[in-house]
Amino acid sequence: MANPTMGLTLLEGAPSFGVEAFDSQPLFPSAQWQMCHPFEGEAPVECANLPAVWSDVWITNHILMAIIGAALAILFWLIVSHKPKVVPSKRQWAGEYLYNMLRNGIAREIIGEGYQKFVPWLVALFSFIIINNLFGSFFLVMFPTFSVIGFAWGLALLSWLLYNIVGIRQHGFFKYVKHMIVPGDVPGPLLILIIPLEFLSNFIIRPITLGLRLFANLFAGHLLIMIFVVGGSWLLLSSEQIPIYNIAGGLSLAISFGLFALELLVAYLQAYIFTVLTAQYVASAKAETH
Amino acid sequence: MTLLEITGSLNVIGYGLGAIGPGIGVGWIFASVISGTARQPEARGAMLSTAWIGFAVVEALALIGVALAFAR
Repeated sequence: MANPTMGLTLLEGAPSFGVEAFDSQPLFPSAQWQMCHPFEGEAPVECANLPAVWSDVWITNHILMAIIGAALAILFWLIVSHKPKVVPSKRQWAGEYLYNMLRNGIAREIIGEGYQKFVPWLVALFSFIIINNLFGSFFLVMFPTFSVIGFAWGLALLSWLLYNIVGIRQHGFFKYVKHMIVPGDVPGPLLILIIPLEFLSNFIIRPITLGLRLFANLFAGHLLIMIFVVGGSWLLLSSEQIPIYNIAGGLSLAISFGLFALELLVAYLQAYIFTVLTAQYVASAKAETH
Repeated sequence: MTLLEITGSLNVIGYGLGAIGPGIGVGWIFASVISGTARQPEARGAMLSTAWIGFAVVEALALIGVALAFAR
């Protein structure tokens, strides 16, 4: 912990933080786990051969956050769609406004004909991602779930499966693969170059960047906030010698408020981009022409 | 006495350099959409859907850079 592989180490006695600060902890740590991961200052115990209990590897605090996020998303849509009226109440209007944005602004605009089938998935995707992203700026949690990369991979995998299955059902397997990797109107010799590139781009780079984009934005944003808040509060409170450090600490704490505002924007933007790109990939898999 | 020590690998500097290109590229894409919308507002939807694909492809380089910045 004293020397993280990547991160910041302040003066002795100050907290050091880096990538390791994002490590997930089990929700119900067993005695074995606590022995292997002692508190700072305690000596670590030899624990290489101890078996892991299922609660150590399975339910972590981040998985609990994802479950709460999913429950909140379901709850939100249940509340705003409860007892709809012709003249909408404020609650119903808010829900309809958001749903309209996703249905007409994303699904109908991008997928076009036959978009209705995909609206539930896009709405669920958007609301799940934005709620989990807003956890990063919400007290009690203060951690965006998708800054743990496994969650982002999970969503990217689901989107990858979705657009490939849609394409295969639309065109049949071989026609779909041909549709994705052989663009029309390309002269023969160029195909040697184009086919591997298109394969790489459409089947491998797409899901990787989809997951990485979500992860990297939230991870970087949260690390930035952590640097400004922890470093700023340390400079403000723990360095008495030179007054300019205290001023710099106060300043960086003030800047951290601006960064929180930026994080709210990023939370929305990343949820939106993930949804738009999923719709875009579905549309390109469904399209008749390349 | 060291006041602040930054540990890590040079990969991160490489990532910083690698992010310049996608940064310019993404800016360029959306600048084109904006000026295109100013010229022909009704074509905004068509331009935006192409722009999202272009955005994803251009940003892929920066994102691969993020992954490689963590490689040792």
